[in-house]
Amino acid sequence: MTANLNSFLEIKDLVVEYTSEGSVIHAVNGVSFSLERGKTFGLVGETGAGKTSIAKAILRILPDPPAKIKNGQIFLEGEDLLKIDEKNMRKIRGRKISMIFQDPMTALNPIMKVGKQIEEVIKLHNTISSKQAREEAGKMLELVGIPGERFNDYPHQFSGGMKQRVIIAMALACNPELLLADEPTTALDVTIQAQVLEMINKLKQELGTSMIMISHNLGVVADICDDLAVVYAGEVVEMGSKAAIFDRAAHPYTTGLFAAVPTLEEEKDRLAPISGLPPDPSNLPLGCHFYPRCPIAGEECKLGKIPLIEIEAGHFCRCIKIAAMES
Amino acid sequence: MLNPSGMAATPGTIKKQNQFSVVLRRLSKNSSAMIGLIVVIILVLMAIFAPLIAPYPYDKQNLLNTRKPPSAEHIMGTDELGRDIFSRIVYGSRYSLSIGFLAVLFSNLIGMTLGALAGYFGGITDDIIMRLIDIIQSIPGILLAIAISVVLGPGFINTLIALGFGAITMACRLMRASVLGIRHQEFLEAAVSNNASTFRIITRHVVPNSFAPVLVGATMSIGNVIMSAAMLSFIGLGIQPPTPEWGAMISGGRALIRSCPWMVTFPGIFIMLTVLAFNMLGDGLRDALDPKLKK
Repeated sequence: MTANLNSFLEIKDLVVEYTSEGSVIHAVNGVSFSLERGKTFGLVGETGAGKTSIAKAILRILPDPPAKIKNGQIFLEGEDLLKIDEKNMRKIRGRKISMIFQDPMTALNPIMKVGKQIEEVIKLHNTISSKQAREEAGKMLELVGIPGERFNDYPHQFSGGMKQRVIIAMALACNPELLLADEPTTALDVTIQAQVLEMINKLKQELGTSMIMISHNLGVVADICDDLAVVYAGEVVEMGSKAAIFDRAAHPYTTGLFAAVPTLEEEKDRLAPISGLPPDPSNLPLGCHFYPRCPIAGEECKLGKIPLIEIEAGHFCRCIKIAAMES
Repeated sequence: MLNPSGMAATPGTIKKQNQFSVVLRRLSKNSSAMIGLIVVIILVLMAIFAPLIAPYPYDKQNLLNTRKPPSAEHIMGTDELGRDIFSRIVYGSRYSLSIGFLAVLFSNLIGMTLGALAGYFGGITDDIIMRLIDIIQSIPGILLAIAISVVLGPGFINTLIALGFGAITMACRLMRASVLGIRHQEFLEAAVSNNASTFRIITRHVVPNSFAPVLVGATMSIGNVIMSAAMLSFIGLGIQPPTPEWGAMISGGRALIRSCPWMVTFPGIFIMLTVLAFNMLGDGLRDALDPKLKK
């Protein structure tokens, strides 16, 4: 993991902890990755793996307390976002980095007209007249495929998919350079999911936005990402290009995830689940966090912290067994 | 889609209605709320057009015609100085209503601000504000109003402060509870991520979304404040005679309650009607603003 100075976003050793009734919850434990301009990076993992905490740490909107960024650096174009003051951070939020939230049902203010909500974002970042802002907001609505005459409707008059489009319009309203999409399609049904993904993809290409796509759905990630990292218990367990991970998955957790996805080619009665549950983040196992559920775990896995090992160029895996096999 | 005017006409007519008209329509289906609203409107009109309605000036004495029971000339009779009670009641509505509205407005502005701050920031801010509210609330409301009004002395503004002060607590608690309910909704987080300032988030997102219960509470407390105002005048604090405040009128007539009952009965009826009307309206508003509460 050499520091890549050319990368647009570079996260190094990010550690996020939550304190809850005296116990410390280790949500993110030393995550590092980098993202090039215009590319899409996928973060895949189970619920509670720390994906959303990573995204919120980038925007610095983690609720403090209980959350605390304990360690790490987040470089955006060479500038450490964790070191700049709140005033400068506010210039970045919404303008350079914006976020699409998971649940379209609650991410819009229920008593404000949707057009107004987009208009507000535009006005916060640009010194333009209300009239111009309204025109811009109307254009954004049209861009995500909502007819302009619905500008004055309230969120409850929209379906879930349309609300998510409004939220995407809000996130893109100021042409951000980095878009954090936190499970943007999870709350939607499958057909709408496909529409929304297609639209995000199209807009991203048109506007040249870089994106971090958070999902627990491998299909979504396959659709849209260039590179991806698999996150387990707050750690990146495997990271590489989409091709490397989809074709040559190495880590037992990743292979387990793929085994649990039904395929069209094979006839299968039962899917192969990964046995057990993710570890309690306030009481993580020593050594490899995955060994209690790992089919190939040995005694040596319980000993020390497992490093991220490069098993082929640009393909990293946090498993000593696999690394031993590869070499 | 090809016909934009048709598009706007068909779904538009059903959908294009704002929150206000929806609430008003729900309210109109509730008969007791409508009765309350009508009585309130009549009282307000009475206060505004008092000089046109009242047959006599409220302070015109007629010492030859004192303590007369209701008659065609004086429909509610006259008091011990021969003043027309009906005219005094009509003028008195100005004081009672304006004290009710203004004291509630004053207390709710302060209470809402404090409640919103406590609920939004939580932690130490919440602790300080809520302990202050606890202290105010630990003193019985009437006692507090009497104490403040004794310290400040009589008069319109001082009565307003005395009555409004105790009502801050309810507005503050309602607002805080309501803010806590929406505090962790994603749209607030989204507003932060879009770079809205804290002030903007509180005024544009938090308060409007938490306003409904406070509005209901405010409507109900107008009735209470009017009653407390009458009570203060009755015991000689608050608004002083010869101002025709309803409580002061009852106070003036209480010595003659056996021989001339009309002197206390009519102001009493008006106080009761006003309080009842505001409470009925408040109940109806609560149902109209939160349809989930309806059976």
